[in-house]
Amino acid sequence: MERRTIFKGWLLPVAFLLPQLLITAFFFLLPAAEAIYSSFTRQDAFGIRTRFVGLANFADLFSDPLYLGSIWRTVVFDVAVVAIAMSVALVLAVFADREIRGRGLYRTLLIWPYAVAPAVAAVLWVLLLHPQIGWLAHGLTAIGLHWDYKLNGGQAMLAVILASAWKQVSYNFIFFLAGLQSIPRPVTEAARMDGARGWRRFRTITFPLLAPTTFFLIVVNIVYASFDTFAVIAALTRGGPGKATETLVYKVYLDGFVNQQIGSSSAQSVVLMVGVIVLTAIQFRFLDRKSDA
Amino acid sequence: MKGRVDWTAHIVLLLGAVLFVLPVWLVFAGATQDPAAIDRGQLSLLPNLHGFGVYAEVLRGVPGSTPVWRMLLVSFGMALSIAVGKIAISLLSAYAVVFFRFPFRMLCFWTIFITLMLPVEVRIIPTYAVMASFGLINTFAGLTVPLIASATATLLFRQMFLVVPDELVEAARMDGAGPWRFFRDILLPVSTTSIAALFVILFVYGWNQYLWPLLVATDPKLDTVVIGIVKMIGTDAPVPWNVVMATAVLALLPPIAVVLLMQRWFVKGLTEGDK
Repeated sequence: MERRTIFKGWLLPVAFLLPQLLITAFFFLLPAAEAIYSSFTRQDAFGIRTRFVGLANFADLFSDPLYLGSIWRTVVFDVAVVAIAMSVALVLAVFADREIRGRGLYRTLLIWPYAVAPAVAAVLWVLLLHPQIGWLAHGLTAIGLHWDYKLNGGQAMLAVILASAWKQVSYNFIFFLAGLQSIPRPVTEAARMDGARGWRRFRTITFPLLAPTTFFLIVVNIVYASFDTFAVIAALTRGGPGKATETLVYKVYLDGFVNQQIGSSSAQSVVLMVGVIVLTAIQFRFLDRKSDA
Repeated sequence: MKGRVDWTAHIVLLLGAVLFVLPVWLVFAGATQDPAAIDRGQLSLLPNLHGFGVYAEVLRGVPGSTPVWRMLLVSFGMALSIAVGKIAISLLSAYAVVFFRFPFRMLCFWTIFITLMLPVEVRIIPTYAVMASFGLINTFAGLTVPLIASATATLLFRQMFLVVPDELVEAARMDGAGPWRFFRDILLPVSTTSIAALFVILFVYGWNQYLWPLLVATDPKLDTVVIGIVKMIGTDAPVPWNVVMATAVLALLPPIAVVLLMQRWFVKGLTEGDK
């Protein structure tokens, strides 16, 4: 869509765009280009000479069992976080959409967690799951489970999944509720007249009509689980015990920033970059279609 | 359904509310309690009414470590600068792209769009190198300026500006309004609700940053409260539990207050802005 009436001159608009373009060029494009460049190069042991090595860094990466393990861990983590955060949010949204007393209050009680930082969510869960002081940990010990997420890798994974999913429920709730409210009442009323009740009405009418929202949220949640949960892992487990919670993003940080392996870390960055580009492309193709309809 | 109480809905929603409120309540109540008792696993649901002095203690801090009031100040500064900066810069960019014609206009637009695909997480090392070469490590400018570019806000404002009727622009021009007057007197007023909604989203975004301050600000003087609390639970030297919990409450309160106070605009802006 183009405008017919416009203002003349080019100096003013360029001045308006300049701040944003400068920040983008220096802090986004330049570092990204740098990452791509170093992913094809390798430094000698003294860090003096740099030579071009083609795809060698990538070949090393994908034959490294530690990296493949991290990919697999990220997939498990992402699927669990997305599934929990979305299903809990959907159930809550369906009931919050009903005409009951106090629904305004219920909505507020479910919306505020949007404001909780992933890192702070992790701190809250540390306090719940701490073997010594945590209520949840006490409960689990009481039913005979030996609970210590700092030693047990599976439990550590569970802890970061729960904290990450907990933080994301309210975001999904807001979108599901908006999606439900945009379904025209006559549609659900007609289904009710036809005798479709409860679960069946939800499965055959409501859920299909929510498909655009659901699809959008799946993409956003994958991005969240893959990238924004860095803080949750850093605060709760620091990738441990061992490598039990070392996801791709956490590994990129460890290898690059802590262990200073520039070549490998850059190759990992490029792999992640491809991932974000694919996800963003999917999201925007879908948004385009939505606005055409 | 009239006249009958929908018990299932109430039970499910109450459980949901408890799931989110309880952890925060526990931390709120725990902050006021005796740290030794908490350490023994006796965390009570009831706050100790005489224990609120912990907040004064936490804000003042202990000698040798950054006091929490300072962390809150850094967090506030960071969240406000980022929110205001992103909104200002994006309003101007969207205005330039929509209401003017100039060479490479769409190239500029796509350049801004690309930032969506390059989160910090995928360019950690080279970003650090660039920051270091500009001398921005351990500075407040380094903490904020690079985060001010915003594809999301620019897209949102562009969308809004595209549907401003041509007649309105024409009428403003007839009245002798130049580009600047038009922007100030017409575009800004029609954008206020979106700006309010974006402010909430971006304030929360700025307040909740973790990886960025971790990379560019190692000086404890620039610790945000989010960085500070993670440091507290990560150290080997034990920090009293009531202090940790009081700091957590202080880290939670400001962004929650902003969301609750501006809930109506925020929800509308978030879901209608398509992102």
